Amino acid sequence: MPSYLSIEALTVSYGGPPVLDRVSLDVERGEMVALLGSSGCGKTTLLRAIAGFVIPDSGMILIEGRDIAHLPPEARGTAMMFQSYALWPHMSVADNIGYGLRMRSWKKDAIAERIEEMLKLLQLEGFGSRSVTQLSGGQRQRVALGRALAVSPHVLLLDEPMSNLDYKVRLELRHELRALQQRIGITAVYVTHDREEALTLSDRIAVIDTGRIVQTGAPEEIFHRPTSAFVAGFMGADNALDLILTGDGAFATGAATAGGSRVRAHFRSDAARLAPASAAASTGEDLVLQGIVAQSVYVGQGYRYRVRADGAEVWVHAPERVAEGTPACVVVPRTALLLFPQDSKPA
Amino acid sequence: MSALPSSVRMIFRALILALLAFAIFGPLLNLLLWAFAERWYFPNKLPLEFGLTYWYRVFQPRGNALASLGTSVWIAVLTVAFSLAVAIPAGYALARLKLPWRGAILLVFLLPQAVPNLPVYVNIAQVFYQIGLNGTILGVVLVHASHGLVLAVWIASAAFASVDTSLEEASRNLGASPWTCFRTVTLPLAMPGLIASAIFVFLESLDEFTGTYFVGVPDVTTLPLLMFNATMGGNYQISSITALLLLIPSIGFMLVVERFLKADVLAMVGR
Repeated sequence: MPSYLSIEALTVSYGGPPVLDRVSLDVERGEMVALLGSSGCGKTTLLRAIAGFVIPDSGMILIEGRDIAHLPPEARGTAMMFQSYALWPHMSVADNIGYGLRMRSWKKDAIAERIEEMLKLLQLEGFGSRSVTQLSGGQRQRVALGRALAVSPHVLLLDEPMSNLDYKVRLELRHELRALQQRIGITAVYVTHDREEALTLSDRIAVIDTGRIVQTGAPEEIFHRPTSAFVAGFMGADNALDLILTGDGAFATGAATAGGSRVRAHFRSDAARLAPASAAASTGEDLVLQGIVAQSVYVGQGYRYRVRADGAEVWVHAPERVAEGTPACVVVPRTALLLFPQDSKPA
Repeated sequence: MSALPSSVRMIFRALILALLAFAIFGPLLNLLLWAFAERWYFPNKLPLEFGLTYWYRVFQPRGNALASLGTSVWIAVLTVAFSLAVAIPAGYALARLKLPWRGAILLVFLLPQAVPNLPVYVNIAQVFYQIGLNGTILGVVLVHASHGLVLAVWIASAAFASVDTSLEEASRNLGASPWTCFRTVTLPLAMPGLIASAIFVFLESLDEFTGTYFVGVPDVTTLPLLMFNATMGGNYQISSITALLLLIPSIGFMLVVERFLKADVLAMVGR
């Protein structure tokens, strides 16, 4: 059975080099998919292409098998939540939420009923007659969501909807949004550059890099089994080392060892240990880097240390305080290393 | 300055303020005196007798003043309607569509202001005479619009540019056709700027003299023309009263405009 929303070989270029290059993505009914990438990678362009604000050069966008790639935005049945909320300041909360229903020529009392339903759903009861300019950021966010959900869209499109909110409000809304999405069972595509947001909110994540989807998968899969150095780096394994994997399963750094295969190793700073300097060498179990603590940063739960070791610099998390300039070694368990061929692109 | 004692500085500042106030309000005061003067001749510094005789004369049913006030307002209303009819589509296009000659188009609307007025009006009068527009309300409206359009188009373009495009996208996204989106979102949000531009055009038309003189006389008599005639005839009372009448809408509307023309719209003028 084909997917509910299916994007096939979509290419978009604003008359220059492609912003999206033959992107394909399938979204199942009721699924929330996060498009994750750094700014300028094309994730917002993909979302806007689904909404109809960007006309693709080639490729298809299918909703239940129907190609909508060249329909005007109003004929697509998608609903978008904008980064700036894009609430209409000259309308009340109720008028904002009811707008899409008026466009669909609903009867007046049906619209009123639906608005009440939405206000209740979003815990905005009694706010209907307020002007949207009187609302807080979090409340505006809810109104924007209510306005999008009111029309029961085929697909809900979210363009970094949390980026203008305070951290605390953002955390709250994130869980609320996820619970709501699962309860209504709406299909949603969520654009974000925040990996934590992508991990907590979505059923699947599509990581985008310079106009291409580089990996798609469940959050756990993307987090633990990145298929490229880019995804590993983006998902927080930002310590990168060139290693030589010798025949007996041991590691070596630098060019000291001849033979063996060269690999690019990534690991998370909290997966490594900082140990007192010793003569210990790398084993089959652990990679040991000898070095010196170059910088220490207090991060609340312990410290992060920048350690200069064997010609490379790595960040290590440790609970105890170590003075800068102290010789130390960094121990990385074999299982925490993500290895990629050396020609793969660094983050 | 800092070497001067503070009292001297205070006096100096007060003096400058007084001069400024006199420069602004002095002529107006003179106008007020003349409007209520019954008899005032040289070498007296003040009118010999105050009264309302001339006000009665201006407002009497047979007087030209009320008729020309009516003509002035009617012409101003038509000029506003004409200017907005051009400025709304033009301003929207200039603000939203990626027109290749944007700057040049905005400049074209500025041209009637940049070129000396008289030669232009003499030419217009000649052309209008040939096509029978001289001495008609329509002719005067067109001349006023040539002036009003620059304000109307520039401000309308700024007003549309200050409407966030995502607000329009949200409307299209929820099912509005381009026209419905314009009607329900863009136009209402640009309205304060459009009202401000309408007021400017209205006032500009109400005060306009030169163009009206060349194109309208003798069939169309607006308030400024009446004032001119009264002044030329030495009837300072009538001309002062007319001038005061002309001040009322100017001051009133300026207060309104000040409320409507927000900084975000002003920031977009000429962009």
